[in-house]
Amino acid sequence: MSIFLNRSSVVIVQGITGREGLYHANRMRSYGTSVVGGVTPGKGGQTVEGFAVFDTVSEARRTTGANVSIIFVPPPFAADAIMEAADANIELIVCITEGIPVHDMLKAVSVLPANVRLIGPNCPGLVSPGESLVGIMPGHVFSSGNVGLVSRSGTLTYEIVDQLTRAGIGQTTCVGIGGDPIIGTVFTDCLSAFEKDPQTEAVVLVGEIGGTDEEDAAALIARGKFTKPVVAFIGGRSAPEGKRMGHAGAIVSGGSGTAQAKVEAFNKVRVPVADSPAQIPDLVRTALAQPATR
Amino acid sequence: MRLLEYQGKELFAKAGIPVPSGRVATTVEEAVQIMRDNPAPSVVKAQVLIGGRGKAGGIKFASSADDVREPAGAILGMRIANAQNPAGEVAKRVWIEQRLDIAKEMYLSITVDRASKRPIIIASSMGGMDIEEVAATNPGAIAKYPINPAGGYWPFIGRRVAKEASIPPEVTSQFVSVLGKLYALFFDCGAMLLEINPLAITKDGKLIASDAKVEIDDNAVFRRPEFEAWKSAAEDDELKARAVKAGLGENNYVGLSGDVGIIGNGAGLVMATLDAVTASGGTPANFLDVGGGAKADLMRDAVAIVTANPRVKSVFINIFGGITRGDEVAKGLVAALDGGNWSKDKLVIRLTGTNEREGREVLAKSGITAVETMNEGASRAVAIANG
Repeated sequence: MSIFLNRSSVVIVQGITGREGLYHANRMRSYGTSVVGGVTPGKGGQTVEGFAVFDTVSEARRTTGANVSIIFVPPPFAADAIMEAADANIELIVCITEGIPVHDMLKAVSVLPANVRLIGPNCPGLVSPGESLVGIMPGHVFSSGNVGLVSRSGTLTYEIVDQLTRAGIGQTTCVGIGGDPIIGTVFTDCLSAFEKDPQTEAVVLVGEIGGTDEEDAAALIARGKFTKPVVAFIGGRSAPEGKRMGHAGAIVSGGSGTAQAKVEAFNKVRVPVADSPAQIPDLVRTALAQPATR
Repeated sequence: MRLLEYQGKELFAKAGIPVPSGRVATTVEEAVQIMRDNPAPSVVKAQVLIGGRGKAGGIKFASSADDVREPAGAILGMRIANAQNPAGEVAKRVWIEQRLDIAKEMYLSITVDRASKRPIIIASSMGGMDIEEVAATNPGAIAKYPINPAGGYWPFIGRRVAKEASIPPEVTSQFVSVLGKLYALFFDCGAMLLEINPLAITKDGKLIASDAKVEIDDNAVFRRPEFEAWKSAAEDDELKARAVKAGLGENNYVGLSGDVGIIGNGAGLVMATLDAVTASGGTPANFLDVGGGAKADLMRDAVAIVTANPRVKSVFINIFGGITRGDEVAKGLVAALDGGNWSKDKLVIRLTGTNEREGREVLAKSGITAVETMNEGASRAVAIANG
């Protein structure tokens, strides 16, 4: 089992005729993801490397039955692509694009229908190992198992998953929620989904400075709404105040969003916080070995 | 992108928000001419992005062409620093503005609230001080109101916020009007933050923005090309400018104060690398994210930028390759070392992932051995810097 994405997910690529879109469409197809085509306005009717191209998401959905869309569209047009997919009732929208204006995202998230989930933007996507990969993650580091993962990071996620896989700890679903300040899916959304997934026995949560997402996750745990073991890592403990560290959402601002506050929030709910990514496999092993006490 | 005070006030003025009149000077002679044109009680203010300019002596007074020489001369070229930013910033401009007769100082801002995914109005009758301090000691004095972008701003919102923030009733209608204009400006310029602290009530009962702090979403600047000119006026860091020229994003290079240079692929990975270096007893000199799929040219430029920092004593390059290929990284590294005067003995590289083997072969030919893990790389780089 998994969350959000499984082997029956049918995927279209918005921006499929662009360099990024086509490259990753091929990689996803090689992984085993069911990529049935894509959308580039004005190029409908063409076929590119075996992928059918449509003018609109709505048309693509009607023809292919797609229920997932991944977006590789440049920043000035990406929010438009998100809203088009939402308007066409695509249930899972994964937006890879980095650099979307924040105000565009404020509008986009405010018009998403209740049955549509947006992941990202500025995210690497998600993968249910052995079933489906929708994103830019390198498939070979993942392995199937019983640990869920949710992360604000891209490469750091691969680093951590690689270590888990080498330690014989496989994953149910790994979700990259992205590094932007305004995103469609936050930590609590993923925890709630993992809570309902019988295969997921523990979750690794990879956070960083900026915002209060990690604190909200700790509060969810405190309220008893997430009962499985969690192992956390918080990046940016040594980041200075007021500087954006790469990710648009990774900033300590006015004393708020510090790594220390996030670590403390997890300490309070007895969630172990790894000092470095290398510690995570051992902490997960310990967590899995404990009987469920919460 | 943060604007200097005079730039923020220019935006406010165009949007119809009352601001004190003023002019910018970049030399003492310009300051003298400004006072000659308008000999009135004035404030001479350092134009810097860093906080704490008042404490550092960056705000002085003048009232004539004669007595402005000394304050303007003192402030122009002054390096203003604070605890968070000991390197500080040089004041290249002063803003000479009409001195106000202030009766009361309040606070008003609009910012993006991540938790509610909405723009949010924040107001308080307690202004002229650090709003975080007010939040810590007197949270009840702060009113907050998230706005639904679909509905937008309506005057009833201003009236409600004024009441909740205990804004004096006699200025409520001015407050409602200023807030409406601030809201329109917020969307017009793609702002992350518009802050008026203090929002002053003058002795004759007028509401006026005594300071202007504006932060524009970097991702929205492309929609307002006129802001590009303001960018170079505000930015101070030469290495960051080089990084942007090399094709990196605005926030991909951050200068810090230590001596271990850091390069990695992916912001989260680079942040974790900074943490690893700190945990090993070292001090990061910078954050540099080369992003995904970096080619040899970009790697070469990245190394050149980091080693151009005179404080840097060692460099740690931490690569976990997904799309990024190890052989490309290695080639760029070798090119950087060949071209520059940086010794390979002061460089530590960790290379894992795609084309790792090919990358190590390229490095080996130049006598460089890559380490296996991030933690190993961090401690070795720290040892070199400290040794």
